[in-house]
Amino acid sequence: MTVKALDLKIDDISAAYGDNVVLDGINLDIQPGELFALLGPSGCGKTTLLRLIAGFADARHGRIVVGGKEISHLPPWKRDVGMVFQSYALWPHMTVGENVAFGLRERRLPRAEIKQRVDAALAFVGLTSQIDRRPSQLSGGQQQRVALARTIAIEPKILLLDEPLSNLDAKLRVQVRRELRALQKSLGLTTVIVTHDQEEANTICDRVAVMNEGKVQQVGTPTELYERPVNLFVAQFLGTANVVEGKMTGAGFQSDLGIALPLPKGVDVKPNAKPVFRPQDTMLIPRGQSGEASPSMPGEIVEREFLGSTIRYGVKAGSSHIWIDAPFRSGSSLMEIGDAVDVTVPVERLLWLA
Amino acid sequence: MTAIGLHNNRRGTFVSRAFSGATWGQVSVALLILAFLLAFLVWPVATVVWVAFTEKGSGAFTFANFVDFFRTDLFIRSFWNSLYVSAMAVIGASVLAMPLAYFTSRFAFRGAGLIQILGFLPLIMPPFVGAVALQLFFGRNGTVNLLLDDWFGFKLAFMEGLNGVIFVQSIHYFPFILINLSAALRNVDRSMEEAAQNLGSYGFRLFRRVVFPLALPGYVAGASLVFVKVFDDLATPLLLNVKDMLAPQAYLRVTSIGIADPMGYVISVVLIVASVASMWVSSLATRNIDYATTQRGGGGIAKRKLRPWEMALVYVVLTLIILLVLAPHFGLLLLSFATIWSFSPLPDGYTVAHYARVFGESSIYIKNTLLYASLAGLIDIVIGTAISYLVLRTKLIGVRGLDLLATAALAIPGVVLGIGYLRAFYGIPLWDGTPLASLWVVIVIALAIRRLPYALRACYAALQQISASLEEAAENLGATKANTVRRIVVPLMTGGLVAGFITSFATAAVELSATLMLVQANQDAPLAYGLYVFMQSAAGRGPGAALGVIAVVIVALSTVASQYVIERDRRTKAGSTPNE
Repeated sequence: MTVKALDLKIDDISAAYGDNVVLDGINLDIQPGELFALLGPSGCGKTTLLRLIAGFADARHGRIVVGGKEISHLPPWKRDVGMVFQSYALWPHMTVGENVAFGLRERRLPRAEIKQRVDAALAFVGLTSQIDRRPSQLSGGQQQRVALARTIAIEPKILLLDEPLSNLDAKLRVQVRRELRALQKSLGLTTVIVTHDQEEANTICDRVAVMNEGKVQQVGTPTELYERPVNLFVAQFLGTANVVEGKMTGAGFQSDLGIALPLPKGVDVKPNAKPVFRPQDTMLIPRGQSGEASPSMPGEIVEREFLGSTIRYGVKAGSSHIWIDAPFRSGSSLMEIGDAVDVTVPVERLLWLA
Repeated sequence: MTAIGLHNNRRGTFVSRAFSGATWGQVSVALLILAFLLAFLVWPVATVVWVAFTEKGSGAFTFANFVDFFRTDLFIRSFWNSLYVSAMAVIGASVLAMPLAYFTSRFAFRGAGLIQILGFLPLIMPPFVGAVALQLFFGRNGTVNLLLDDWFGFKLAFMEGLNGVIFVQSIHYFPFILINLSAALRNVDRSMEEAAQNLGSYGFRLFRRVVFPLALPGYVAGASLVFVKVFDDLATPLLLNVKDMLAPQAYLRVTSIGIADPMGYVISVVLIVASVASMWVSSLATRNIDYATTQRGGGGIAKRKLRPWEMALVYVVLTLIILLVLAPHFGLLLLSFATIWSFSPLPDGYTVAHYARVFGESSIYIKNTLLYASLAGLIDIVIGTAISYLVLRTKLIGVRGLDLLATAALAIPGVVLGIGYLRAFYGIPLWDGTPLASLWVVIVIALAIRRLPYALRACYAALQQISASLEEAAENLGATKANTVRRIVVPLMTGGLVAGFITSFATAAVELSATLMLVQANQDAPLAYGLYVFMQSAAGRGPGAALGVIAVVIVALSTVASQYVIERDRRTKAGSTPNE
């Protein structure tokens, strides 16, 4: 089964519970057929935004437009925006087949068409044989697929997934997220997924909106967000980011160890910005062996974690705590906790973020 | 593994949950409860059954008494009447309860809380008292019929014969459906409803296809309760002068012909069988339904705002229902201040003389009732908590049986229990030679046994909502089993316990079926008994009504207080639950 993909436009949406502003001027343009993630920590407003799209919350301001038609004023049951709930919300008094048929019966479709679409939806998620069972007789992964089948059976304009992997165990999660991506791509349905797990967003989504404190911080592909985060929050929320402590002076940035770092030319650097770099973009060199090519910070190894393909060292350099990843090859010698080291970073790899 | 188990049993930690071990404390509590139930439930009921199956005088086993029962037209007619009245009362109660439950739990409007409270009011008044008041409004020469006759020239037979019993019982017992249905509706997870809306469902269809089916177990539980209560009620038909129903027949046999006459016992057995059968049917209806629908981060169904015209419609419907429900209370209040009220829409004049008389000579009834009902409620929640804890948190062998036994009291009509107590405890003399059956404590125990099933369910539900990991955390931090129960379980159950206590207290305070037979001396009589005696005569109706008003006020105040406790409890718990 395939459906017509539509675009979703979130236009200046704001929402509040009393005086507590949960969404503040959200603007998003989601492309037809895109798998789009709303990523952020708990309480960032991502779930509220999803519920707003489905019609379960009220916006103070703004519009939601699907395929050129505004839906903000419609009640949930007139929106045709399919939502898969975090808890799946399968009705225990109905069989799998009845659950999937529910939305079709609400639309008063002919019996034959309902049957055909239920069969198609269940076949699509690979659960044809479970049609007469009760939801409670299925595993968590199967329940989720029933919830998905129930939603796509009505051929919604947009698909919303609320933390789709949070109720699955870790091993299943990796498998299900691949399935989810494959299903979404074969359906071609514009899909918005809410998650707090950056790995989940990065691995399966085309684009991600990182949210914090009711605002969209940055929108982009996972690699864009990782390589060119616009602020410290995004840099730290996606992967690990090291921050060099210090302050901006008239000449440039002065680290608290007295090392001067030149500001990049032709780039607008905020006055409160600090240099930020990724653990794999740096080198650890035993004290006194570094050349003069790049500025380096003296420090001491305080932690060491073995991650399989890499070794992660924690280095204390002044008041900065820095993570450094070194590739691990069997037989290579490791540095020990307490070793004095120099941390060098190529200046062109530094991001200047506030 | 078993070797490890033996070591750990001393503290009853994880192994006691995994295997069948239990602490000595748990075993002795279980045995104490068992002894109590055997003495005050099983033995009296067994006595009744034994008498029904033995020949009078010789004590030989016989079916002759039952053959007599089925050959007597009066008894057969009584049986069908009881069945018919109970079924019709369930329908009447549903008609009253469903709109109240639906509107107040589904929509946000002013006064929803007030309406819920008003909806519970009938429970705090004995149904036979309501019967007297309803006679005044709806009887052949009551207010409504006098007005109807005046304006339209006809009368309606609301209160004639069986109609009267059905009418009174529907109004009196519908809160059981209201309570259970409202609770079930509140437990329907919000996402269950939102998922349906998301797929295009709304309005009444949404309620019919998703919300109501999910709340069905609650409705059926309430409906079967109403059926059983009406089937076993004694005082209402008696006061409405309907004698051809089963419970009145059993009572009349034992009290007028004598404690030795076997027919009273035979009818008792028939009453038990009918109650058990109706409960069995209701459990069949809900057998395959096990909806624990509230999920983490969920919450009850969302309350919707109403448009103005919808709001007006809802208010009209609810006001009519509430007026009907409150009619007994208004009637009682008027009657308590009335000089004479007969063949007129309203009383002829007003006085406070009835109250003076009640406070003067009849205050003993009030004291007795407060004492008996509180003691019974206390016994109930202690036993209820103990049983639910044993069932839900230990693997003690046979605890389920204890639960079943305590719940079985539900199937024993009050009149049967009363007869059983009389028969079983009359032969046991106390130190001063008076029979055990005439001691007031026996009334308390009868009330406690009668109310135990309800309190037990309340305790059970309260405990079920507490995650076992909260207790495990306490044990992990070094608390013993007993301390965990005291410091973690009981405080978290407070809301449920208060609810259980109040239900027991309020219903025990207006209970008469079992106690009518057990009251031996006027100074030991509870309020309901006093009311019944007053209401027998036309002259006693004024003071009787005054007594009734006092009863309603006392129980209403305590219910409001408990509501406050429950609400506060709910709010503190809601605040501590993690929520995305």
